[in-house]
Amino acid sequence: MLINAFSDALTLIVSADSDLIEILLLSVKVSFSALAIAGILAMPLGTILAISHFSGRKLLITFLNAMMGLPPVVVGLFVYLMLSRSGPLGILELLYTPTAMIIAQVILIIPIVASLTYQVIEELNREYRDLFLSLKIGPQQAIFAYLWDARYSLFTTLLAGFGRAISEVGAVMIVGGNINHLTRIMTTAIALETSKGELSLALSLGIVLLTIALLVNAIVMSIKTFATEKGYV
Amino acid sequence: MSNTPLLEVTNLSLKLNNADILSSITIASTDPGVTMVMGPNGAGKSLFLRCLHGLTTPTGGSIKIFGNTILGTSADQAMVFQKPVLLKRSVIENLKFAGPTKTQRKSIDNALSLARLQDKQHFPAKLLSGGEQQRLALSRALLREPKLLVLDEPTASLDPASVQIIEQVIQDFTRQGGKVIFVSHDIGQAKRLGSEIVFLHKGKVLEHGVASDFLNNPVSDEARAYLNGHIII
Repeated sequence: MLINAFSDALTLIVSADSDLIEILLLSVKVSFSALAIAGILAMPLGTILAISHFSGRKLLITFLNAMMGLPPVVVGLFVYLMLSRSGPLGILELLYTPTAMIIAQVILIIPIVASLTYQVIEELNREYRDLFLSLKIGPQQAIFAYLWDARYSLFTTLLAGFGRAISEVGAVMIVGGNINHLTRIMTTAIALETSKGELSLALSLGIVLLTIALLVNAIVMSIKTFATEKGYV
Repeated sequence: MSNTPLLEVTNLSLKLNNADILSSITIASTDPGVTMVMGPNGAGKSLFLRCLHGLTTPTGGSIKIFGNTILGTSADQAMVFQKPVLLKRSVIENLKFAGPTKTQRKSIDNALSLARLQDKQHFPAKLLSGGEQQRLALSRALLREPKLLVLDEPTASLDPASVQIIEQVIQDFTRQGGKVIFVSHDIGQAKRLGSEIVFLHKGKVLEHGVASDFLNNPVSDEARAYLNGHIII
């Protein structure tokens, strides 16, 4: 049975099965969109936390670190309550749409990207701070310099966020509803197909998901090696 | 020689964690050349320099350089640290970053020539040798055309060729009217470069005078022991 399922799964991948491709493309679209939004919000947040001092800063850092382990189903529940018809944002009618899934993933990965950005920039700040003060570099130029000089490390933090988003199932299941041809993505499809006993599609999606995870890690390793050899980390 | 002190330190004190790091330092210097700051490890030389450059705020007292009270870093000054702080960029990018906004290509070329790094302008700065990194840090500091150069052991653990190049740059800078404050443990270097010497011990100025007088006839027991290579307690 298992061998047959594997064989069927490989056939689905090799033949570029339309359902599989549709699910794969939606997964990538949702996760990349969430990553882009989270990156735009979380990177400057992490940088500001690393280089500035204000009351409540340590509390915010502790909060972000704690949120890195945020249970996806709790995020899903929170977004569901916000977007449900009786919720404060119900008027937008976003529940059970890819947008709702993107919102949930953004909430999930912002703490990861912000926390990792904070750690990277804080280390760089310890190195650059005196130089920037000595050269009288303004805050705006300093922020750009930190983000640019830490770009290789920051790219790996983005990939960590992407890894979290693409492999997440609980939140998107609650707010997306796993609707066929609308909100079904790889993780929710795997859960559904497995419960139905349809192992071939579940396995094929699992293989694709695993390949993506491996690819992301390979890219991270390559970037680290390149940047180290060039003296950029 | 003008009678207006170029460097005027009055009752300077610095406490860190309730410990007196610098105590009642008072110096008035009209010397336009190189002021060497000497003293055993832990004497407070580096923190004294940081106060002069405006990187560390003293607990008490005042500092005037060229008649202006130091309240933070100033465009009139540039500092080179013992461990060169370089951006994770190429040699030329390090120079471009530090130069005034509209730094001309000619100034960059001059800085490259000063650092003897014309052939390595596109090389990652972090992969340069220790001597090359320090030469780059010094030429980058000079790119801002400071009137005062603050140097914290810039030649410590460098090869003789790099030391020679750096000393040449410093001598050229003073010939063009620049003032230098230079921390060093190298007595030979103090003889070659110093026109006056400030000797610090346990955060206090024990001697301040003409370099040759200090080096040939130190007054305090501590200075004699330091110059003879004895550990001072």
